[in-house]
Amino acid sequence: MPVTHTQVGCPYCGASCDDLEVVVSDDGKEILEVRNACAIGNEIFHHATKPGRVTRPRLRQEDGTHKEISYDEAVDYAAKVMIEAKKPLIYGFGSTNCEAMAAIGRVAEKGGAVLDNCASICHGPSFLAIFDNGYPSCTLGEVKNRADVVLFWGCNPMHAHPRHASRYSVFPRGFFTRRGHKNRFVICIDPRETDTAKISNLHLMVNQGHDYDLFNAFRTALRGHEIPEEVAGVPREQILEGVDAMKKARFISIFYGMGLCHTDGRNHNVDIAISLTRDLNAITKATIMAMRGHYNIAGPGQVWSWSYGFPYCIDLSKGSVAHMNPGDTSSIDLAMRNDCDAFFNIGTDAGAHFPIEAVKKLRKHPWITIDPNICMASEIADLHIPVAVVGVEEGGVVYRMDNVPIQFKKVIEPPEGVISDEELFNRIYMRMCELTETEPVWIHHPALDVAKAVTEE
Amino acid sequence: MAELLIKNGSVFDPTRSINGDVMDVAIRDGRIVESAGPNAKVIDASGKTVMSGGVDIHAHVAGPKVNAGRTMRPEDKLFKSQAAAGGYRMEMGFSIPSTFRTGYDYARMGYAFVMEAAMPPLHSPHVHEEIHDTPIVDEAALPVFGNNWFVLEYLKRGEIENAAAYIAWLLKASKGYGIKVVNPGGTEAWGWGLNCLTLDDAVPYFQITPKEIVSGLIETNEALGLPHSVHIHQNDLGNPGNYRTTIDTLRLAEGVTAKNRFGREQVIHSTHLQFHAYGGDGWGNFESKAREVVDYVNGQKNVTFDLGAVTLDETTTMTADGPFEHHLNGLNHLKWTNVDVELETAAGVVPYVYSPSIRVCGIQWAIGLELALLCKDMDRCFISTDHPNAGPFTRYPRIYTWLMSRKFRDETIGSFKYSDKVVAATEIAGLDREISLYEIAQMTRSGPAKALGLKDLYGGLSPGQDGNVVIYDIDPANLPSDPSKLEAAFQRAAWFIKTGEVVVKDGEIMNHGNKRTLWVRANVPENPQVKRDIHDKFIKDYTVGLQNYEVRDYLAPNPYVIEVEMEA
Repeated sequence: MPVTHTQVGCPYCGASCDDLEVVVSDDGKEILEVRNACAIGNEIFHHATKPGRVTRPRLRQEDGTHKEISYDEAVDYAAKVMIEAKKPLIYGFGSTNCEAMAAIGRVAEKGGAVLDNCASICHGPSFLAIFDNGYPSCTLGEVKNRADVVLFWGCNPMHAHPRHASRYSVFPRGFFTRRGHKNRFVICIDPRETDTAKISNLHLMVNQGHDYDLFNAFRTALRGHEIPEEVAGVPREQILEGVDAMKKARFISIFYGMGLCHTDGRNHNVDIAISLTRDLNAITKATIMAMRGHYNIAGPGQVWSWSYGFPYCIDLSKGSVAHMNPGDTSSIDLAMRNDCDAFFNIGTDAGAHFPIEAVKKLRKHPWITIDPNICMASEIADLHIPVAVVGVEEGGVVYRMDNVPIQFKKVIEPPEGVISDEELFNRIYMRMCELTETEPVWIHHPALDVAKAVTEE
Repeated sequence: MAELLIKNGSVFDPTRSINGDVMDVAIRDGRIVESAGPNAKVIDASGKTVMSGGVDIHAHVAGPKVNAGRTMRPEDKLFKSQAAAGGYRMEMGFSIPSTFRTGYDYARMGYAFVMEAAMPPLHSPHVHEEIHDTPIVDEAALPVFGNNWFVLEYLKRGEIENAAAYIAWLLKASKGYGIKVVNPGGTEAWGWGLNCLTLDDAVPYFQITPKEIVSGLIETNEALGLPHSVHIHQNDLGNPGNYRTTIDTLRLAEGVTAKNRFGREQVIHSTHLQFHAYGGDGWGNFESKAREVVDYVNGQKNVTFDLGAVTLDETTTMTADGPFEHHLNGLNHLKWTNVDVELETAAGVVPYVYSPSIRVCGIQWAIGLELALLCKDMDRCFISTDHPNAGPFTRYPRIYTWLMSRKFRDETIGSFKYSDKVVAATEIAGLDREISLYEIAQMTRSGPAKALGLKDLYGGLSPGQDGNVVIYDIDPANLPSDPSKLEAAFQRAAWFIKTGEVVVKDGEIMNHGNKRTLWVRANVPENPQVKRDIHDKFIKDYTVGLQNYEVRDYLAPNPYVIEVEMEA
């Protein structure tokens, strides 16, 4: 009999849905059906058991081809690169679990590396704004249960977070929003008529790159001052309609995306969005949330904040204290300055996402890609180490876009012999200790913990 | 495990009324024993102070709001951190230190246990991930219940049995320790941008008052027989004139007797009392009401409290009192983070500078110390800074020193810009009392251990208790006249032995010890209604699946589970 797993987490977008049902064949090897997921989430599960998975590390040869090697050899290679490099850069982590993020911290500290994550090229400007202005936010259940005005600014969840509107923000019937979308006034601010704009009650078609002006107009009008007839291409009446809806609201949720933090103004756009949220809290209740991209890209921000006090761009090369200075210790800037001499791409595709000049410079040095799949970063790497797919073949804690931890499940075994990110990083760490003849630092040794837990029972 | 014999130390163990007697302490297999064998490793403690490991009853050391503070405040890392040594993790941050630094710093001060004071249940996997990454010090966490929708609904209907069944389930699901209440009702009201400032302000929609919530939870706690009592942060925190609400809240415990098998006597623990002992009707005539509050507490045997003493530092305030942090942000206009948590709670984070140049900060500092100096029963008065709210936990040694040295207090008052005004609004300048080492041991060892229901493990040096022994380089017969020397000795213990292992020597960390996570499993009769309610709320109102909500065992390695049986 096929087995149906319920409340399975989805390893796709930052909405981190955990209500999937996955039907697995009797032998536990094939995924037969995935229910409740969006089209992309669905594909991630099916993809895992399709033919063509890389199941052994592949090392580039002199003639440019890749040759399969054992995990032990790959671990040895990675450990030596980490030790020999003066300033290795470890980047990625959009798509893995927090256990792996904690494990890599040990490796990075020992190797004197720079630790960075996808926020560096994504919601990094949001962090800069948070450093200056804070982050009055809430969990997505608060939006579902209370929000009666929802604002999407520079984001298009209907495509990027396909179930966001139905699970959390627009359509669900919550405790104080029993009539679902009929209880909510939805405002979309976007230069394009996106599918999110189409489900909104009010669409303000802001001129591209003029978000800051429009925020200013909102804040000005909210404080009861005059605003010009048109701001950032939006007529005054429309702005006042939005302001009026907010003033009457009981609970406002502002969601924003790359349209704010990667257009002109960047962190300043996010900063004024936070200021608008603060202003609104003098009148009613308002919250703001970044539409984080991947299902666990909030994870490294959490794990590394408790480990080092910084969410990203963490330079550990001093060996004594950690140091963060985005623009200096951020991945692209390090690459462009030729300031790192080895590159670890983990659970992301820097080959596809980085500017080509940065990729070319990184490619001069050893490049190791750790990812379950074939991607641009795996194909240009010196060494590609495949790992289990988190959320499908490996469980673990992930942080949703609202920083709520969700314990993901494993529904099938990884291909024979393929290991998890966490195990791989722990093995690289142990190998580094062997090579440098130093004692490993374990607070809880995974193996010892199991032994203790058994004794305790 | 090796045997240890700590010889000739001046021992302070209030659980056996030992007040500085020169004696030996022996440890075998991680526990205190009567005597050691001939092969025991001997540590000479002559001319030094010996106590059991410290117990911190209230600090925010792990979890979402602590981490929101770390993320929001890179500048906190500009305060000097100790450089990483081979074999140890990096240590970063001051008021909101990294988990590694937290563990190391507690150990350096000789602390064996710390209670994470507010765990939002939805975020409990996060709390346990951080606890897991905090070395050496044993930890437990108190889930917050005072604004939880299940609790509000059950207590509104007077269903104590159902509240007990739900709380028992949640303690197990979150691997939590007891019942924390933060601004009862007020934090739920904050869901709408409102607050409950008095005991009789009804919570919007739920139509229950803070008074009913507190009384109901006290009754539930004693029905369950939990090791710790209700642990409360009252309404109206931080506002002038709030001492009346504070006393009114404590009055709710009158006539209630503790029921438990752990030797705990109180039914309410009033936390960070400094923030709740304010007089005046505005900041203009803000003044201390420490005497009024302590006079009440002195007469009530079933109440314990911790200080929440202000340390005059730049720090990071954080609390599950969401409306208060919004209010505080309106006062200092620095950055503000808020995290409303569905069905459960709402936290806020705001940086704060307790400046000696600000009159109100000076008065707050005085109130924190007055509470201890006016207290008559030091087994019910515990040292805390509500870390990091009134200051970081690494300042405990300075608080001990202020309490032990009138001279040091006078120096501090003299350093204030408005010392005359601080003196006029407080009693601190007229208090001659100097707290003794024995009393420090009561306030940081025996007292909190008993109040937490952990007196069999911590707080004393009787055979059978955990082998947690700290040796401070302080000669009780010859206390240093320079307060900074006293503080330094408390800051970095000469030795700290944690469950039989030497983890600190000469103030330096020696190993990562064997840290535990404590939690409480309360066994209650099967309750189908509560089971159904939990199922329903997860289907309808939560956005996380029930299966993914309960903390999985691997996240709390090395657990120490305390079993409680509720009498039917």
